[in-house]
Amino acid sequence: MDERSKNLRRTVVDVISIDRRGHFGSAMSSIEILRVLFDSFLSFRSNQPDWENRDRFILSKGHGCLSLYAILADKGFFTHEELLTFCSPDSPFGGHPDRGKVSGVEASTGALGHGLPIGVGMALAARMKQQSHRVIVLTGDGEINEGSVWEAALSASKHRLSNLTVMIDYNKFQSYGSTTEVLDLEPLADKWKSFGFAVEEVDGHNLEALEELTSRLPFEPNKPSAIICHTIKGKGFDFAEAKIEWHHKSKISDEDIKAMYHHLI
Amino acid sequence: MRNTCLNEVHQLARKNKNIIFIGSDLGAGTLASMKEEMPDRFFMEGISEQHIIGMSAGLAMEGFIPYINSIAPFLTRRCYEQVLVDLCLHDLPVRLIGNGGGAVYAPLGPTHLAVEDIAIFRAIPNMTIVAPCDAQEMLRFMPKTVDWPHPIYIRLAKGGDKVVSKSDLGFEIGKAILMRQPKDGLFITTGVMTQKALEASEQLLELGIECGVLHMHTIKPLDHASLENLIPKVNAVVTIEEHFRIGGLGSAVLESCSDLIPKHVSKITRIGIPDQFSDKYGSQESLLEYWGITVESIKNTMLQKLKNELN
Repeated sequence: MDERSKNLRRTVVDVISIDRRGHFGSAMSSIEILRVLFDSFLSFRSNQPDWENRDRFILSKGHGCLSLYAILADKGFFTHEELLTFCSPDSPFGGHPDRGKVSGVEASTGALGHGLPIGVGMALAARMKQQSHRVIVLTGDGEINEGSVWEAALSASKHRLSNLTVMIDYNKFQSYGSTTEVLDLEPLADKWKSFGFAVEEVDGHNLEALEELTSRLPFEPNKPSAIICHTIKGKGFDFAEAKIEWHHKSKISDEDIKAMYHHLI
Repeated sequence: MRNTCLNEVHQLARKNKNIIFIGSDLGAGTLASMKEEMPDRFFMEGISEQHIIGMSAGLAMEGFIPYINSIAPFLTRRCYEQVLVDLCLHDLPVRLIGNGGGAVYAPLGPTHLAVEDIAIFRAIPNMTIVAPCDAQEMLRFMPKTVDWPHPIYIRLAKGGDKVVSKSDLGFEIGKAILMRQPKDGLFITTGVMTQKALEASEQLLELGIECGVLHMHTIKPLDHASLENLIPKVNAVVTIEEHFRIGGLGSAVLESCSDLIPKHVSKITRIGIPDQFSDKYGSQESLLEYWGITVESIKNTMLQKLKNELN
């Protein structure tokens, strides 16, 4: 893991150390995905967050917002110090991202299965207004248990929304246990293909592979794209990697915080 | 009323390029003229209400004004979380046009009735709820929806409803219309219950009792000022709604009075649907009769309430 990935994780640990709770594992699985999107794919202006030509990014797995906050702070949408107000009564930064409060957040999410339908609407709007920006929706894997995701997938395909990409943070765990145990998603790529998406799979922590894939979007003309990102829940912290108890963790101890920072040295 | 409403969407879309129409799986030929004239602003998205609400939120975030049409129970219950989170939390100008508010779909059974829609939508911040009483009122209402900055639920009646609204009384969202001046009693109504109240008032007048009719077309935001002004002037108030007695117009009126004019709360009686699923089919009118929502029962309820209050 390079220094930049560690730094983004360090921001998450800085934040989580304040309230001692959060979706730690869910945030850590998506750090590289967000890093690549914001470093080399998405067009945006942090000093003009409502710039009309920006690409729209929706974190549909709103519980993973700590990693989104980390990259947005890194990009200058707000300061690191502001972020350290996380979950305090007057803070804009809650345990799920709020469109009205946090600069750079396109949709208030947290209730699952909402991001892709909203993304379909945004992608349709871009086409109707003859705008060239793209719409990216990052979902969780457990999240796509929701039927609304598949309703939206049918619609995206019907409208041939090549300006829409769904990325699935496939860390193989949801709240209760493994996705295989709770509600098996496999064969996941085939599902998206059968819903009319052009599908690619990637190691969601491999920066070069993610950059290469996103540079080829859309994968096919006249089709929405899906990228299944194989990730590791809690990536970077061996005590948390693929450990269900770190999906959401509360009462995080001083020792846990110390161990987190130690892993980022 | 439904045709008037949908045709108005088309007319308004001619003037405002941001207006779009989204249906779920409506009857063949619905708004065919709009589809032909502006196909890029006409969507028929299938039986996917949760998605449709989210999609409309995305479109509204980008500046469009979506008008969504489906059968009321599915546009309210099936996608409740999407309405709450996607539309109301973001406070977006999306319009939900619900066919068959109340017991319109009586022959189709309880799955197709929308008799709790007002209660569940009234509980959501930023939501606006409007139930016009006839097609002419719908015509005056629809242009007001274009610039209203919040989500709106438009509760449609069966259609072919007797025209009782008057153009000279105008229409403003959130401002109740006093259709008939009160003296002894006051009926507070919404939607097509206004017609029944007007008829009951006529019959009461023959008995020498003068009752007003306050048409509360907008149930949220409620016109508290009109309640605060009128209720203290009368001896009895009867609210009438084609909706469960729980959480609808009557509840809203009681809450408002409890907050603003608490000593007048006891003069209010509610007429509505009892707290049980419908176990009858028949027609809208036969169901209303079964539930005791008839001109006769409305008249008798007012008579009894006046008698109680004056003793």
